[in-house]
Amino acid sequence: MKIVVCIKQVPDTTEIKLDPVTGTLIRDGVPSIMNPDDKGGLEFALQLKDQYGAHVTVITMGPPQAEAILREAYAMGVDRAILLSDRKFGGADTLATSNTIAAALRSLEFDLLITGRQAIDGDTAQVGPQIAEHLDLPQVTYVESLTFDGNKTFTVKKSMEDGYQMVQVDTPCVFTALASGVKPRYMSVRGIVEAYNHPIETWTYNDITVDDQKIGLNGSPTRVFKSFTKGVKAAGQIYEVDPAEAVDIIIGKLKEKFII
Amino acid sequence: MDKAQYKNVYVFVEQREGVIQNVGLELLGKARELADALNEKVYAMLLGHDLTTQAQECIAYGADTVLRVDAPELATYVTEPYAQAIYQIIRDNKPSIVLIGATTIGRDLGPRLSARVETGLTADCTGLEISEERDLLMTRPAFGGNLMATIICKEHRPQMSTVRPGVMRMGQRDENRKGTIEDVKINFDKSKFRVRVLETVKQTKNLVDITEAHVLISGGRGVGNAEGFDMLRAMANTIGAEVSASRAMVDAGVLGHERQVGQTGKTVRPDLYFAMGISGAIQHLAGMEESEYIIAINKDKFAPIFNVADLGIVGDVRKIVPLLTEKLKR
Amino acid sequence: MDFSLSKQEQLFLQMIREFAEKEVKPLAAEVDESERFPMETVQKMAKLGIMGIPFPVELGGAGGSNILYTMAVEELSRVCATTGVIVSAHTSLCCAPIMEHGTPEQKAKYLPKLASGEWIGAFGLTEPNAGTDASAQQTIAVKEGDHYVLNGSKIFITNAGYAHVYIIMAMTDKSKGTKGISAFIVEKDFPGFSVGKKEKKLGIRGSATCELIMENCIVPAENLLGQEGKGFGIAMKTLDGGRIGIASQALGIAQGAMDETVKYVKERKQFGKAIGQFQNTQFQLADLQTKIEAARLLVRQAAYKKDLKVPYSADAAMAKLFAAETAMEVTTKAVQFHGGYGYTREYPVERMMRDAKITEIYEGTSEVQRMVIAANLLK
Repeated sequence: MKIVVCIKQVPDTTEIKLDPVTGTLIRDGVPSIMNPDDKGGLEFALQLKDQYGAHVTVITMGPPQAEAILREAYAMGVDRAILLSDRKFGGADTLATSNTIAAALRSLEFDLLITGRQAIDGDTAQVGPQIAEHLDLPQVTYVESLTFDGNKTFTVKKSMEDGYQMVQVDTPCVFTALASGVKPRYMSVRGIVEAYNHPIETWTYNDITVDDQKIGLNGSPTRVFKSFTKGVKAAGQIYEVDPAEAVDIIIGKLKEKFII
Repeated sequence: MDKAQYKNVYVFVEQREGVIQNVGLELLGKARELADALNEKVYAMLLGHDLTTQAQECIAYGADTVLRVDAPELATYVTEPYAQAIYQIIRDNKPSIVLIGATTIGRDLGPRLSARVETGLTADCTGLEISEERDLLMTRPAFGGNLMATIICKEHRPQMSTVRPGVMRMGQRDENRKGTIEDVKINFDKSKFRVRVLETVKQTKNLVDITEAHVLISGGRGVGNAEGFDMLRAMANTIGAEVSASRAMVDAGVLGHERQVGQTGKTVRPDLYFAMGISGAIQHLAGMEESEYIIAINKDKFAPIFNVADLGIVGDVRKIVPLLTEKLKR
Repeated sequence: MDFSLSKQEQLFLQMIREFAEKEVKPLAAEVDESERFPMETVQKMAKLGIMGIPFPVELGGAGGSNILYTMAVEELSRVCATTGVIVSAHTSLCCAPIMEHGTPEQKAKYLPKLASGEWIGAFGLTEPNAGTDASAQQTIAVKEGDHYVLNGSKIFITNAGYAHVYIIMAMTDKSKGTKGISAFIVEKDFPGFSVGKKEKKLGIRGSATCELIMENCIVPAENLLGQEGKGFGIAMKTLDGGRIGIASQALGIAQGAMDETVKYVKERKQFGKAIGQFQNTQFQLADLQTKIEAARLLVRQAAYKKDLKVPYSADAAMAKLFAAETAMEVTTKAVQFHGGYGYTREYPVERMMRDAKITEIYEGTSEVQRMVIAANLLK
């Protein structure tokens, strides 16, 4: 079995803070990490490798620095790593990103494609299903666990708000994985020692076949119109009143700030 | 692309086992506003099998027309049959705007459709409005909620977005509203039905992670004992919140350690945090001060919790909470 | 000259930090409180190759450097000094002497199991009457045909009871003093070998520290490590390496206490402002972090020289001396910064202070380090 896992390097958004004075994002010094859901997906692939001897390829689209997560993937145990990197790919929204990655995937053979459910910098959860559509493959999203029959059929537990679904699908297919469904392995010390001995294949625009009107900024139907932060927190108000009045104040604030 | 050919606001009204999901009704309310601003119509796309009165509900909540697709293939949600049905509607009707709830179903369906239609999709919107140029402005959080971005899809139609459940206001139900119901027939390509649903299991997820709760009601010494926490739970149930506690209460065995907020517990940043009878020892503050909005109730007006609270009430939790719960129920 | 970490070292740091944070830290207080050997952590470390970092892949190791090994002990000790010393004693005091002095047969027999972490290792030199003066060994080994018979006892042995393999020093010829000491590879199941009472300690309370008793203990002749009479040299060389491990442990404890303190002084408000805003706090923290950074450079220099296979005995002694005294100073002040809270077990700094003390004592007290450094100067 051949598995391809799409991974993405993202800023660790839990480390992003707002400047208390200006209310702007402080991005300096925020570490870059492998997106958690993608790492969950990679763990699913590596478990299939442990059990069935699958060959695992990771692919990422990003700037040259994204090599770091490919090395990390090698240290976790993958067999091949591809970096899709070209200025022409930049400025892409989800649709253009999925067009680019799908184009690259067309020149790879695989039985199973895994992506993370969503990336923590955008939280869109779109690229996986969009790739599946471009490649005309069935998709199962929100994958919490899976079993393989050793032949071509996966039985998958798909998480939902109010429970879960058990579904079956044959290869080739696309899964989007949940980080909460699996505990990714740590890089092994030996894997780390050897991680920099493996090749990283860099693919540019010239290495894939794709309409340049469908990628990058040109291929992106959506644009950011404006962005803003929620601003600096003002000092709180304190009331010393009887209980009934206190309740009215609280309800009033909740109505103002939230929908109740 | 001739944008002028694309008209009207379409809503995918999600139902599960025949029950329309709240987000579907919320979207109809929002779609009504948008359509009124554009002077266009609201279309509800209602998919399922053995549908009964759901179409009337859609009209009562703001739809002008309900496009009803009743087919055995649509009994349970599976990506491909649903995508085929909605794709056909979009292709034949050319909507200007398509809204989908950002549920696990909507977030599975939306991107699949957007790639099939080859248009943009903005995920998890919290705000939608019409610009002066009659484009849809879609606002959504990014970077883990640290940044808000307004997205526009200028040259492609339809403009698609998924919208978070609970953020849009549901319109007033009006049984007397008039609307039309059209039954739509879909020619399914069953060769593409490759995912088989074995079973759908309903489950109340009892393994709650307080770090993922949007609203937390946290109790401290001022709440006192297990009975006090029953009072907090009653309040939590009325607003869909989770209950957490300070270390003192966890040590006293009133709540499990997985619900402890603070230095030796968990760090939380919900949208709304109620600090009930919590004085706000430094260890507790460390675990919650990044919450979006903090409401504190405490007898001691000098309690440090008031330094981080957005709204502070000096008073007795045991008197205020039952009153508050009563009011919230209404 | 390059002081920056290589990409490989950065990747290793990312892994070991995450492992320490997620797998080791949550157990640290409980392991200390209940004086429990964290076997589950050892098993997890074994799986990742942390129990055999600087040994060749062919012998079950991870094929890494001593730099990576020091980083591992530092990062583990930053959250749990008990875990740090388990790795240090196992790696430096048991695997390393077999690697450096063992025959091909001994290496093939013991290293794959030890370096893979399937077996834990330990080292026995100290006796009731032979501490800093290690030459006063009273354990006797007498050769009888194809085996030696060992009699005597060892005390304060780290990993005792959990280790499968012990490097034991014993006198094969009392008349020759230190030149009569030999080293043996002793397995826990050899007849006549037993583990005695477990010490109750001030710190590193999850680490098992016990007495070893050899009563007519039969050790096959092929388990003599190195030559007869060369044991003292092997022990001293082993301790040179061990000191890099303990220096890393001390460094980790110091950094861990500093992390906690920085977090605390930012949050703790007195007289209307965070105590970190007082200049007295700032100056003290600046001095302490400077010492920690200096200790780190000494530790890495010693490890680097060991990797280069050039003499590092004095470097290791300086690293251990300075890191241990820094750890004691930083942890003591960390408790002070935390005030009353620091004295309670709600915060980890009191544990770190108790843990720090041992680094000034074991594998050569600070006084012994000064002796080594001075001897090197005056030779």
